[in-house]
Amino acid sequence: MKSLADLEAIRKKTLDQVTLRKDEDGVRIIVGMATCGIAAGARPVMNAFMEEVAKRNLEHVAITQTGCIGMCRLEPIVEVILPDKEKVTYVKMSPEKVAKVVAEHIVNGNPVTEYTIGAAE
Amino acid sequence: MKELSLHILDIMQNSIAANASLVQLTVVEDPEADTLSFTIEDNGKGMPPEMVTQVMNPFVTGRTTRRVGLGIPLLKAAAEQTGGNINLSSTLGEGTVISALFGYSHIDRQPLGDMAGTMLGLITSYEDIDFVYRHRVGKEEYTLSTKEMREILGDVSFSQPEVMLWLSEFLKENEAALYGGNDTESNH
Ligand SMILES: Nc1ncnc2c1ncn2[C@@H]1O[C@H](COP(=O)(O)OP(=O)(O)O)[C@@H](O)[C@H]1O
Ligand SMILES: [Mg+2]
Repeated sequence: MKSLADLEAIRKKTLDQVTLRKDEDGVRIIVGMATCGIAAGARPVMNAFMEEVAKRNLEHVAITQTGCIGMCRLEPIVEVILPDKEKVTYVKMSPEKVAKVVAEHIVNGNPVTEYTIGAAE
Repeated sequence: MKELSLHILDIMQNSIAANASLVQLTVVEDPEADTLSFTIEDNGKGMPPEMVTQVMNPFVTGRTTRRVGLGIPLLKAAAEQTGGNINLSSTLGEGTVISALFGYSHIDRQPLGDMAGTMLGLITSYEDIDFVYRHRVGKEEYTLSTKEMREILGDVSFSQPEVMLWLSEFLKENEAALYGGNDTESNH
């Protein structure tokens, strides 16, 4: 079983390994988690992003949820903001689409246009 | 909603929107009493009594043009269809307590679902909010307090990949243990 004692070890290791960066230097992934978004499947999408980012050990990515994006028919909605870039809005997301967004957009900097709000309209 | 854990996530978003700094969730599954209940208590901004009435009965409040939400009515319907109910009490400036009761074995009760997924997203998204989560199933229970974890972590964020993975595993293992823990090295 994982225990709180592991956390202490992780803290030490993390402090040794990485210089803690400020959030504004990094990538931000924001998942819409209002009632509509949740009903449409936003939670597994967020958890898939977390898993993918953790698996690739991407240090500079902050994944958060927000209670208020709100365009029911396009949920789940995810916004991705790269440093010094325009926000990209992905719509009708699913856990299956997440790996591609992480690999192409977050790691390589090329938005996956076929999943974006522009393609859906 | 397909799972009660999704209702819980949605209702906890209300506490966050109300600027709570402490949100406490207790989920109790009591097969003997044939009930599943949960309570969410926050120290957010609260609501005046008229609002509590309106939020609980959005379709009978007549001609207010104010937009009313769906989250609480959905939860209410989900509880009532299992012979249960919900309770909402709030004090302006102090906080809100909402609880829901379900018939455990009722055919229309949604499964509790992925509580680990619900808590993981909340804890890593809202690092400046303290969450206390307690889950009991019969005689088994566990409690998680983010304050306690943060004291160990110091400046290290919950969204550090390693911490996130640890938290994910911690939640999954503890949830599984409640149900007899068919996780790898179970010794229950
Ligand atoms: N914990 C809370 N603290 C303060 N106000 C709340 C809380 N929960 C609900 N409310 C109020 O009740 C309203 C209705 O909630 P809800 O049914 O979840 O719909 P929504 O969140 O979409 O507005 C909220 O907009 C808010 O004003
Ligand atoms: Mg709500």
